[in-house]
Amino acid sequence: MRANTWAGRNKVKVRDVPDPTILNKRDAIVRITSTAICGSDLHLVDGYVPTMQDGDVMGHEFMGEVVEVGPGIDPDRLRIGDRVVVPFPIACGACAACAAELYSCCENSNPNAGIAEKMFGHPVAGIFGYSHLTGGFAGGQAQYARVPFADVGPLKIESDLTDEQVLFLSDILPTGYMGAEMCDIQSSDVVAVWGAGPVGQFAMDSARVLGAAKVIAIDKEPYRLQMAERAGHTPVNFEEVDVRSRLLELTGGRGPDKCIDAVGLEATHGSAHIAAYDRLKQAVRLETERPHALRQAILSCRSGGVVSVIGVYGGLLDKFPAGAWMNRSLTLRTGQCHVQRYMKPLLQRIERAELDPTRIITHTLPLDEAERGFELFKNKQDDCEKVVLKP
Amino acid sequence: MELTATTTIRKPVPEVYAFWRDLENLPTFMAHLEEVRGTGDRRSHWVAGAPFGKDVEWDAEIVDEAPGEKIVWRSIGDADVPNTGTVRFMPAPDGVSTEVQVVLVYDIPGGTVGKAVAKYFGEEPHQQLDDDLRRLKQVLETGEVVRSDGAPWGKRARKEFPQRPAQPLSDSELAKGADE
Repeated sequence: MRANTWAGRNKVKVRDVPDPTILNKRDAIVRITSTAICGSDLHLVDGYVPTMQDGDVMGHEFMGEVVEVGPGIDPDRLRIGDRVVVPFPIACGACAACAAELYSCCENSNPNAGIAEKMFGHPVAGIFGYSHLTGGFAGGQAQYARVPFADVGPLKIESDLTDEQVLFLSDILPTGYMGAEMCDIQSSDVVAVWGAGPVGQFAMDSARVLGAAKVIAIDKEPYRLQMAERAGHTPVNFEEVDVRSRLLELTGGRGPDKCIDAVGLEATHGSAHIAAYDRLKQAVRLETERPHALRQAILSCRSGGVVSVIGVYGGLLDKFPAGAWMNRSLTLRTGQCHVQRYMKPLLQRIERAELDPTRIITHTLPLDEAERGFELFKNKQDDCEKVVLKP
Repeated sequence: MELTATTTIRKPVPEVYAFWRDLENLPTFMAHLEEVRGTGDRRSHWVAGAPFGKDVEWDAEIVDEAPGEKIVWRSIGDADVPNTGTVRFMPAPDGVSTEVQVVLVYDIPGGTVGKAVAKYFGEEPHQQLDDDLRRLKQVLETGEVVRSDGAPWGKRARKEFPQRPAQPLSDSELAKGADE
């Protein structure tokens, strides 16, 4: 089959690889009809996530049709021919983490748990196409994928919704939603979201759906801010204004009640010398993150507020504003999304037209043009917000 | 060499105890074991796999057991690698899970076998037993050892990095099976 693979730092390559087969009894094979490029795929390509190998099949946002099931799959749960969206964390459904609906912390789905444990203190779940640290599972930017624990994760789509309407249930819609949910939003809340990429846009929409009084979008790309503005959110361009001052103006001097970091470890910064400091330290691996968005969110949030982190971090960061966090009673909440927890309720919100995930799609390309898709997305060319690939 | 490891398994104590007490189950999750065969109520014959080198076998007997609490065994006769093991089972505070604590003691000999065993345990001997218990947890909680494309061979997938790429296996790789 054809698959998009990691081919070294700053390089992806579509090549022929073997078709997947059933390896565990509860596997299914899915013929992929739509798949997407995620912002976190850029962290892999940019070389900030260790344990990637030449030839790793990328991609963790995908859906399609079940073409084969393992002998351990109950036919009442999943059959050949079912149309499914596959959540990015692989979860067994049986361990204590899964029982607590902490699916991205599944204790059984990562065969390389011993390595993950060294890095993170405790292991994390397996993830499709997301380094060997999270299991070494082939991803979904391909014609077919093997889906382990297929009786736990995949969501059956039984209505006539299009792929584009439901594809993002695999990751970015639940991720954005969880970012907003962790904020415990009240009707009087002003919510500020750092990053107007796909996850940020969905965090904004989710904050609105959860009842926020006002939602603010912080980014530097005019087209991304316009996209947020068209959806009813208030744009702030950090290259044009001082973010903290602007947030104070927009909140009567209080600061946002809730702040969401939808940027993560490769933030850019309006202040050149701070950007240079972190870029240099990151380049020589003295820190693994460039955490400007997180720092700014913590310093901007009103006292007693919540800072919710859904942007990806992988290692260690410097200059964490612990004083602001501690002295001003801030709550810091975070997590890789527990996608399985949110798929059904969010599908219902899509069916009720409360959320329209299609609004962020700017490019649809054949799988064979994945390389161009990565270029467009990474360099923010051609007003690229989200690339969907068709195998 | 004394190794200890512990894990929590979301199954009741009697089930976890019974699985371990059937010593023939040990090779499903312990990487260095090829086979354990019961030869009497408390006696068994153990065959080590590739990690310990070839043709390493010994007899063992259970010297102490308390159902639902602990099992203690030791090798008997002139074992190549004399060893003893203790496993304890305790109900976890959550009321549904079992805490499993394992202590293995190996008397590592000189010669080829000793070298192979020392190499197997390497610089971080506890890692092997930790991984064994992780697989025990997978087997009891999910039914089998979990496989990925990078680590496709279940308990044989103990090779350190780099692994094979995370892409599906070719027909010849599938036919060849685990690289021992």
